[in-house]
Amino acid sequence: MKNKLINRILATLVILSGIVLWQSCKPKAPTSVAMGDAATRSFVPPGKYDEFYNIVSGGFNGQMAVYGIPSGRLFKILPVFSVFPESGYGYSEETKPMLNTSHGFIPWDDLHHIALSTTKGEHDGRWAFGNANNTPRVARINMKTFRTEEILEIPNSGGNHSSPFITENTEYLVAGTRFSIPMGNNKDVPISSYKENFKGSISFVKIDPKDGHMNIAFQLRTPGFNYDLSRAGKGPSHGWFFFSCYNTEQAYTLLEVNASQKDKDFIMAVNWKKAEEYIAQGKGRVEKAKYAHNIYNEEVHSATSTMQQEVTVLDVTEFPDIVYFIPCPKSPHGCDVDPTGEYIVGSGKLAAMMPVFSFTKIQKAIADKDYEGDFNGIPVIKYESALHGEVKKPGLGPLHTEFDEKGNAYTSMFVSSEIVKWNVKTLEVLDRVPTYYSIGHLSVPGGPTSKPHGKYVIAYNKITKDRFLPTGPELTQSAQIYDISGDKMQLILDFPTTGEPHYAEAIPASLVAPNSVKIFKLEDNKHPYAAIGEGQAKVVRDGNKVHVSMTAIRSHLTPDNIEGVRMGDEVYFHITNLEQDWDVPHGFAIKGNANAEILVMPGETQTLKFIPDEVGIVPFYCTDFCSALHQEMSGYLRVSPAGSKTPLKFSTGKIEEVN
Amino acid sequence: MKHFLKILLAAFVVFSCGQQTTTTTNEQPALAPGGGQSTVVDNESAKDVVRIAVSSPDHTTLVAALKAAEYVDALSNAGPFTVFAPTNAAFDMLPAGTVEGLLKPESKDALRNILEYHVYVGVLTENIIQDGMKLNQVNLENVTLNKKDGKITVNGANVVGSARGSNGIVYIIDQVLLPPPTK
Repeated sequence: MKNKLINRILATLVILSGIVLWQSCKPKAPTSVAMGDAATRSFVPPGKYDEFYNIVSGGFNGQMAVYGIPSGRLFKILPVFSVFPESGYGYSEETKPMLNTSHGFIPWDDLHHIALSTTKGEHDGRWAFGNANNTPRVARINMKTFRTEEILEIPNSGGNHSSPFITENTEYLVAGTRFSIPMGNNKDVPISSYKENFKGSISFVKIDPKDGHMNIAFQLRTPGFNYDLSRAGKGPSHGWFFFSCYNTEQAYTLLEVNASQKDKDFIMAVNWKKAEEYIAQGKGRVEKAKYAHNIYNEEVHSATSTMQQEVTVLDVTEFPDIVYFIPCPKSPHGCDVDPTGEYIVGSGKLAAMMPVFSFTKIQKAIADKDYEGDFNGIPVIKYESALHGEVKKPGLGPLHTEFDEKGNAYTSMFVSSEIVKWNVKTLEVLDRVPTYYSIGHLSVPGGPTSKPHGKYVIAYNKITKDRFLPTGPELTQSAQIYDISGDKMQLILDFPTTGEPHYAEAIPASLVAPNSVKIFKLEDNKHPYAAIGEGQAKVVRDGNKVHVSMTAIRSHLTPDNIEGVRMGDEVYFHITNLEQDWDVPHGFAIKGNANAEILVMPGETQTLKFIPDEVGIVPFYCTDFCSALHQEMSGYLRVSPAGSKTPLKFSTGKIEEVN
Repeated sequence: MKHFLKILLAAFVVFSCGQQTTTTTNEQPALAPGGGQSTVVDNESAKDVVRIAVSSPDHTTLVAALKAAEYVDALSNAGPFTVFAPTNAAFDMLPAGTVEGLLKPESKDALRNILEYHVYVGVLTENIIQDGMKLNQVNLENVTLNKKDGKITVNGANVVGSARGSNGIVYIIDQVLLPPPTK
């Protein structure tokens, strides 16, 4: 009996311990569950599409890159201001004019900011714009072809940083000079005459709503500050533009110290509709200026570069109702307008607080002339009169703010390396997450527009250190994706980036993908050297220039035997890709060419220039693996001595062995 | 009893998870977004301003304060910083109990305010410092630098040494800088 009882107790214990053990087989502790969840939230299964395109500037690589969100997968490197030997951009005869400037051909720039075109404040998926920070330019990319279609140089600019931000309906994009410089006829001046001679310049570039073509409508001549960033008003503030200014001290040396002397610099509010009126009334001053305007035309698959000669200027000190200054603590960097258009967030990059200004209050202050004084005759609105409120102690080094559709703002903090979420109305800090490391810009899909899609925020970091396997002193830069659909931001993915991911916009794929061009139609190809069919392939001598109109189709080049080229000739290989099949480009390269390869899309013609430097047989071949007989897709060019009588001839498939 | 042990053994076989290996491979790594830059393992690079403070036996109180205020990572980031670093002796000069009070979690804001008053964003090397120079510190309050016969003071505290870090410069000072009362 006693034994029975003991046995029963023991049996119960065994069952209980069994339950405990069984429980231990259940899914693991909350941390691992959270991670599993995070992984699935960034995972896009093979063959499936991402929800958003992320158009990311490449900073010092002068390009843009196209990623998918939430996977972080890289789809394309899109050359804009820098040559790209991979595709021949800047090397082909057709694309060389794109990089022409008043200084001549410039093969590189520093592309900082992206602006995606909007209609009524919402992304429309037509164009992406980018700025060249070094040699001032703006570029327009066609989102159907993901190609750079237009580059406009900006005269009277010392460096185009405050750009290419756009108005609500893409009426204008702006280009504000980072460095003030002397302009006009008096440019050879002592640097120490900064206050007297150095001026700022803000260009308003008109965008043609039909074809996107850009032209400088007018330039505002402004005080000699550094113009950093800007955003257009929207909704009620449409018609206004807001620019952050630093170095209102007007220092010209050791800015690290001397441009940080004042407690407050300025946000510059510009009534561009008013400026437009003055221009319409003919009050602008036409000044001489030299700047290149380069347009790529897909009909002829070629770019042209035109040198413009003048620009219309409005000096804001002569038109006191265009521009107003709003004091903003210290060296404001970001200057971001919320989706409603009512709130303007100033981010003093050295400050541990952020002022949020109210458009309504700014308008009232202007109406009441509620000014604390003026700067060179330009009214300075009282700080308190423009202020909605301050975000207290949000973090260290606030830089940039983007928004969701629920009234929240997300601000990057460079010094403390974090993203801080706060409520725009109440100014209350709601959440913070670290970034790895030293975040610059950040992006919420639709975040700078009237219609954000607050699902993710992406951090673009300046420092990577130990986040990935090391690759020597130079590391990839990086981005991080956070899920912001809940109350708390959650890191779901780290991904490496190409170049410096400076700023980016993300746009729903549904606005872009359906319009993507698959092929160029051969019958629309108006390139002057196109060979639309192998029957049109030819080699023509014009003095010392030899033009080869060559076709490419799986798996041969026509012609593939060329003779009669001589030392001293310049040979132009105009390659027409006869394929009319999606994703079948052909490439072309020739041995010893001091140039690049070219990639030619289906139906397109592109030209590679070759100057022979020795007598002999020079092979050429297709560089883009196109078929099982890709290795056979090749040919020979015979180069004879100067003055040789070798006749010019060309063929494909013609066998004429000499026995 | 033997019988019981058999039951126990059988129970273990039945109930214990027979998929030990599978469980291990399926187990996701813990959500380890990583520490901040202060956790980067790197013994080759020059020391940043935090590592300079950590390696100084005279700055253990400051380091404890930075940790309590969660400022270790911020000051390990790119900066650039000028940090005025009070010695342990300087903290000892504060009224008894002050440091202990500040290190309590509920005093974090006050502690942060004091520490932010010791940091300027920008590298001010000695040759740049001029007599009477004002610096607007991270907490948005000014300190005044003086330089007489090559001797530098900040709000009257003596700079008794300096060290150049990878992300800024550290000036060792003999008093704690107390920010003006918050308005």
